[in-house]
Amino acid sequence: MSPARPEPVQQVKHRRDSALRTLVDSVPYAGFLGIEFERHGDELTAVLPYDERLIGNPVLPALHGGVIASFLEVTAIIELSWAMLWDELESGKLTPGAMAENLPRLPKTIDFTVDYLRTGLPRDGYARARVNRSGRRYASVHVEAWQDNRARLFAQATGHFLMPQRGNG
Amino acid sequence: MSDNSPQDFINALPFARALGMRLEDIGDGRARIAMDWDQRFVGDPATGVIHGGAVSALMDTCGGAAVMSYPGALTTATIDLRIDYMRAATPGQSITAQAECYHVTRRVAFVRATAHDEDPDNPVATASGAFTFDRKEDR
Repeated sequence: MSPARPEPVQQVKHRRDSALRTLVDSVPYAGFLGIEFERHGDELTAVLPYDERLIGNPVLPALHGGVIASFLEVTAIIELSWAMLWDELESGKLTPGAMAENLPRLPKTIDFTVDYLRTGLPRDGYARARVNRSGRRYASVHVEAWQDNRARLFAQATGHFLMPQRGNG
Repeated sequence: MSDNSPQDFINALPFARALGMRLEDIGDGRARIAMDWDQRFVGDPATGVIHGGAVSALMDTCGGAAVMSYPGALTTATIDLRIDYMRAATPGQSITAQAECYHVTRRVAFVRATAHDEDPDNPVATASGAFTFDRKEDR
């Protein structure tokens, strides 16, 4: 018996990237804000490119608190969905094509708490979410966001989510 | 800042304008702001329900407006805001947030808010937060 040949790297990347694009493109509000996702392996970084529309305080100027909350919540939901789908995508049980035809149900936010640490400057923002617990029904996710300097967060958030029921249905 | 009409408060905030927010009432530490349903604000395409982030933005703006309308307020910024999502807002219906600045110290304003769709007896979300409070006399 010969060992299974590893999947060619370009094929792996294409599969993961198209699944991620399908997931992100399915959320209109992420597109409205202009949020993009970068992927390294299974790690996602959300990017919020600066736009004048995102300003809340034109005097400073500073990003609107609602933009920051939205950015963090979008990041949390995409990360949680990505983590939920990852094993199925890697095993081949779910293909990007099947996913595009039958979009997965997304987790629902139960509560979301944003901690505004610094003024959001008029420039690009970045965020990463960490799923601290993900059970069959509930998940707890923490998100950190920064701008110029990874160690100087401008906001962080914790949210709880109701997971969609997957599998047989 | 000058004494502007209430809707000017919203119009001065580019993101509040981008979400089409309408200031319906403001004064004495209270505010009411409405936002229409829009396909672009949807969070889950399977249901057409508005993204929680858009509701957060509405709650945050309404909380900030309530603080700004409290006597003596000069500027404010959100310190933290917690939103509890009680149910999905009905697709196609506008969402209205009402915020109340229920306690103010020298430097901090405490705010509670609720949001409902066109069924006013059945809230979509509630929020509570702390905002910075800068007073006119301190300047």
